[in-house]
Amino acid sequence: MLDNAATIVAPPAPIAPVATGSAPLKTSRFKVPGEGSSVSISIVTVLVLLTLWFLATNTGWIKPLFLPSPQAVMKQFIEYATGTTNDKPLWQHFAASMFRVFSAFALACVTAIPIGIAMGMSRVARGIFDPIIEFYRPLPPLAYLPLIIIWFGIDELPKVLLIFLSCFAPLALAARSGMRSAAQEQINAAYSMGASYAQVIRHVVLPSAMPDILVGMRIAIGFGWTTLVAAEMVAANVGLGQMVLNASNFLRTDIVIMGIVVIGIVAFSFDLLMRYLEKVLVPWKGKV
Amino acid sequence: MPTLDIRGLTVNYAVKGGTLQALSPVNLKMNEGDFVVALGASGCGKTTLLNCLAGFLPPSTGEILLDGRPISGPGADRGVVFQKHTLMPWLNVRDNVGLGLRFQGVDKSRRDRIAEEKLALVGLEKYADRAVYELSGGMQQRVGIARALANDPAMLLMDEPMGALDAFTREQVQEILLQAWKATNKMIFFITHSVEEALFLATRLIVMSPSPGRISHIYEDVPFSNQFLQHGDSRRVKSEPEFIRMREEVLSIIHHREAAHA
Repeated sequence: MLDNAATIVAPPAPIAPVATGSAPLKTSRFKVPGEGSSVSISIVTVLVLLTLWFLATNTGWIKPLFLPSPQAVMKQFIEYATGTTNDKPLWQHFAASMFRVFSAFALACVTAIPIGIAMGMSRVARGIFDPIIEFYRPLPPLAYLPLIIIWFGIDELPKVLLIFLSCFAPLALAARSGMRSAAQEQINAAYSMGASYAQVIRHVVLPSAMPDILVGMRIAIGFGWTTLVAAEMVAANVGLGQMVLNASNFLRTDIVIMGIVVIGIVAFSFDLLMRYLEKVLVPWKGKV
Repeated sequence: MPTLDIRGLTVNYAVKGGTLQALSPVNLKMNEGDFVVALGASGCGKTTLLNCLAGFLPPSTGEILLDGRPISGPGADRGVVFQKHTLMPWLNVRDNVGLGLRFQGVDKSRRDRIAEEKLALVGLEKYADRAVYELSGGMQQRVGIARALANDPAMLLMDEPMGALDAFTREQVQEILLQAWKATNKMIFFITHSVEEALFLATRLIVMSPSPGRISHIYEDVPFSNQFLQHGDSRRVKSEPEFIRMREEVLSIIHHREAAHA
């Protein structure tokens, strides 16, 4: 009897190692929409744009007031980076803006994620927060900026608060919809293994909400950078947004463009970091 | 000795303009080691019956007694295997199998030991550290079976667990399931719409028919699963004249009824 069992339940061969070579795995010999890596093409795009910019400005086709040359922008960057301008050095602007965006983002994470989770779990929480979030979410931050100044003055608080508000809504909504990601069968399976309601939430619903929450964080930090300039319109004397605003008052388009590029690069680097975190934290995303 | 006693179970669903009787009175008794297979076309109430046994659905009338105690909700004394695998992708194979034990507060080392023991029962002891999404569909269902067994339940409830598998994998998983059943002597309630699968696995075969869902035929002491366990050759079992005769008989019951309905 047992001998029989042994022959039938013979241990299967281990899974063949996954191909790890650099050659991309093709799933079909025919064309699949959107297949393949796009990095090299993106690099070409950037190089072409830079070349056009260089040619258009250095041939005198566009006046420096409208579009300064790349060298002029680079010169500003170097002067700001080394602190040889009559403005504050770049790192001070950078540090002030980073502090504002990240304290607002951190604050949004510790409030919006629990509130979004509560909204997904409870009728009452959903009833309370839904009208508030849905009402203010589509409002442009510049529209309620005057109110924030009147209520909270012109210190750091209103600046952080404005960025916080722009991070809060997408994060809360992402957490809320993430709470719906667990399949009913997974929840039933947990109950049939003797899980309590709290255990179902802790071991099934919350882990399956993780991918949505991480996407929400990515979107939220993006909104945070978008709102930075608006926030630094509030009587700031330092910050990347303030640097750009100040330069625009003096028609210094070279500094404006330099500031825009710095903000763009910082925001993009953070997005890359978040994508990496996603890969590490939820490698199973979309796999089941 | 675990027993299951279904007495006068009916289920009605509220639908637009009244109620729909999903299950007309069902009576069924099961004992330890029984492998009961419910066979029938869609809409004959077999999943409704299983959901009642699992405790996901309350009976409208009647009662279900497991070891004399009425079932009032889902619990660790009944392991459920679903049609689609419902493993947690963020846990590896071992932690998936041990998840039920974690819910009971069993410590990690004991959990791992039991999980590996159950994985060995379905021939997957080498895969304990794998991510579940790296496994094939058949292996995922075997992990599902190991997981259902890990809590040492009084019975297993299986809702078309092989429905999504291809024919070859299906035969392999059927054989593994019978071996695991033999090794554990659990009561199993198994749903399928494949006549061959039903005859091969069952010790008792119940044929269900729709509108309202009810048990229309019962075959006691179906011998084929025990034949397989004696000689381990499933092709031999399935090509025996008696197996083919019963397969045709059951098929004609189902077809005859469907013809009458058309």
